[in-house]
Amino acid sequence: MKALRNYIDKIKPQFQKGGKFEKLESTFEAFETFLFVPDKVTFKGSHIRDAMDMKRMMIVVVVALIPALLFGMWNVGFQHYLSHGESIGFWDTFWFGFLKVLPVIIVSYVVGLGIEFAFAQMRGHEVNEGYLVTGMLIPLIVPPDIPLWMLAIAIVFAVIIGKEVFGGTGMNILNPALTARAFLFFAYPQDMSGDKVWIFDKADAYSGATPLGNALVGNFDKLPSWHDMFFGFIPGSVGETSTLAILIGAVILLITGIASWRVMFSVFIGGYLMGLIFNWAGSNEYMNLPPYYHLVMGGFAFGAVFMATDPVTAAQTNKGKIIYGLFIGMIAVLIRVVNPAYPEGMMLAILLMNVFAPLIDHYVIESNIKKRLKRVKVKV
Amino acid sequence: MSKDVKIKRGLDIKLLGEAQKTVSQVTSKNFAIKPPDFVGVFPKLLVKEGDTVKAGTPVFFDKYRDNIIFTSPVSGKVEEVHRGAKRKMLEVRITADGNQDSVDFGKADPGSVTKEVVIEKLLKSGVWANIRQRPYSVIANPEHSPKAIFISAFDSSPLAPDCSFIIEKEAKAFQAGIDILKKLTPGKVHLNVHTEKTKSPVFLNTKGVEINKFSGPHPSGNVGIQIHHIDPVSKGEIVWYLNPQSVVMIGKLFLEGRYDGSRIIALTGSGVKDPKYYKVIAGISISDIVENQVGKSDNVRYISGNVLTGDKIDRDGYLGFYNNHITVIPEGNHFDFLGWALPRLKKYSVSKSYFSWLTPNRKYNLDTNLNGGHRAFVLTGLYEKVFPMDIYPMQLLKAIIVKDLDMIENLGIYEVDEEDFALCEFVDPSKTEMQSIVREGLDFIRKEME
Repeated sequence: MKALRNYIDKIKPQFQKGGKFEKLESTFEAFETFLFVPDKVTFKGSHIRDAMDMKRMMIVVVVALIPALLFGMWNVGFQHYLSHGESIGFWDTFWFGFLKVLPVIIVSYVVGLGIEFAFAQMRGHEVNEGYLVTGMLIPLIVPPDIPLWMLAIAIVFAVIIGKEVFGGTGMNILNPALTARAFLFFAYPQDMSGDKVWIFDKADAYSGATPLGNALVGNFDKLPSWHDMFFGFIPGSVGETSTLAILIGAVILLITGIASWRVMFSVFIGGYLMGLIFNWAGSNEYMNLPPYYHLVMGGFAFGAVFMATDPVTAAQTNKGKIIYGLFIGMIAVLIRVVNPAYPEGMMLAILLMNVFAPLIDHYVIESNIKKRLKRVKVKV
Repeated sequence: MSKDVKIKRGLDIKLLGEAQKTVSQVTSKNFAIKPPDFVGVFPKLLVKEGDTVKAGTPVFFDKYRDNIIFTSPVSGKVEEVHRGAKRKMLEVRITADGNQDSVDFGKADPGSVTKEVVIEKLLKSGVWANIRQRPYSVIANPEHSPKAIFISAFDSSPLAPDCSFIIEKEAKAFQAGIDILKKLTPGKVHLNVHTEKTKSPVFLNTKGVEINKFSGPHPSGNVGIQIHHIDPVSKGEIVWYLNPQSVVMIGKLFLEGRYDGSRIIALTGSGVKDPKYYKVIAGISISDIVENQVGKSDNVRYISGNVLTGDKIDRDGYLGFYNNHITVIPEGNHFDFLGWALPRLKKYSVSKSYFSWLTPNRKYNLDTNLNGGHRAFVLTGLYEKVFPMDIYPMQLLKAIIVKDLDMIENLGIYEVDEEDFALCEFVDPSKTEMQSIVREGLDFIRKEME
């Protein structure tokens, strides 16, 4: 470690102001702080600080995503061989999926971090760690079959228009990963929906429809069992199929306190409630679907655990978080069942509530302000 | 009605180096009064270098409020007026002659003096500077009539001195000080004690005050939190507050007729060999206190006050006017290989991404490393967990940053002070300088209002 530290100290001046590579200062700084927690000390205010920083926080989220990622890799292989009617060993299946998903992850990080580094340098800031999570989320919410160039364009759009124009991580209104997904959805609809895309190199004769696709067109007899959907042996985006793997991530996020339990639980409750309401109306088969099916289908669980809880784009007050979560759950199920154009409503529900989150906060804070003003009036 | 308040949200940071309950006497030749200790005061000198002073001799006054004067804590000679950038006055250094002669302010019976005499005596002796007000946390204005006066009888901050212990022998002066303070407000004098920690009869038997009981973790001992739960400050209202040792000082001014700057302070922290209490005089140079307690070449930080809100001082720096606490902790100016990714069992965090939550009673040796870099606000909901007020801390900070006057006011700036945000600053993964932002906000509002 000492030798590495000495080497970094030796080359550091070249990257500082006036050095040969001063244009790469932010990039150098990012790599340096990645290797070593800096020696920066407090100088006023609180002299001691909590050991958690943004890097620690983001790495915990990435760790929480790993179960879904590993399962997703295996499932990509499993669905591929299933469509061809073959069955091969566990490790071969996983290896197949690993080779398909890895390029997507690499493209996601290289393109996204490249833009982050460039913007940090332009602004003279340190590189923010937010993209460490976004870069892992994006590969998990796209179909395994996605062309890499398409992915790259979507990431450029999401990072620049979705985040950097607002000032970078912490200032953005929309969840960047979902912005990328939405861009793909609206720019290349033929590659993002239909029953073709969800299985990598699918055999032609095999139906590759996702449970939501089947439900939308009324093929309820083809709907997989609740168990299959919970464990994730179904076609779908890489990381979203296994509710179980997602729940393992959820436990990590909740124990460490990094994701808000208020948001997470209220999304599930909102979805379940909406399902119950439809059951009560019950005018078609989709409406009669048991509410707990909604929670394991499509991207609902993944969105609830990893997307809705993004602290930057969610509501920021504790009361607001509950309202925000309930609305996401309800709107997601509403779009699924009522809207004939979109099989999945989670992405749009979260993006919509991202936009409304500041409004929810506004009313929560307004009520706090009114309470304070009332106190003055009572006295007068 | 006295109240019983349970503080639920907060955090006790357990550190190594708590002071043993023994008191040593320490004397020094070097003293100073530091104008930066007095927020919002623009100092104008009344002495020159070489002048002889007594304890209680005026040294400087506030340009904006010329009846507020600051006096020497000891008798001796004005050694040097130490200035910093832009000739800002940082310290007025006084060399003590060891006689501790005081200006005679005349004895008076605390029971029978009138309000006018009280104010005049406090102002003339410089003891007035002990009385501060909310909002803004500045020295109180003698023309105001506060709706109440608050005294926090316990300090809940990390390694804080035990107020019951340091005030033990001063029962008479404390009661006298209370009697004096009662003349300054038409409302109540609130003495806030801790349900379990406060055992001293000096506090519990005090007459003429409302004794309120608080329980729970830090910041339950912060007077701002106590005011918020007992009688919150709304726009246009003023409360005054002071600490128990200041009350004793006021009492002695009337009982003995002199300026008595002596106080008991705690020397604490993991950088100290034998943490304990010392009897000193206000404004003392800490060099004589830490002489045999901290190695000269140790890589440590000296703090006048506690680790959350104190001021960084040098080894030959001076004890702050409002402080009765010195903390010495290791500096954190070292690199930590892949620190953010490793378990790091020695680190402390409120978040469970470290493992310190498994050993809740362990005491930590924390250093001054920032543990990260400055970032925009990202995580939400964390600050509220250590901020026991009905106020939205992050929203208030953001309003201050953009200088939105109405919003700052509406979100409750009048009730807060920097120290109330110290724990938020401690837990913040974005490493924002919250206490500085709050001070900026308070100064901004004060300028707009006055």
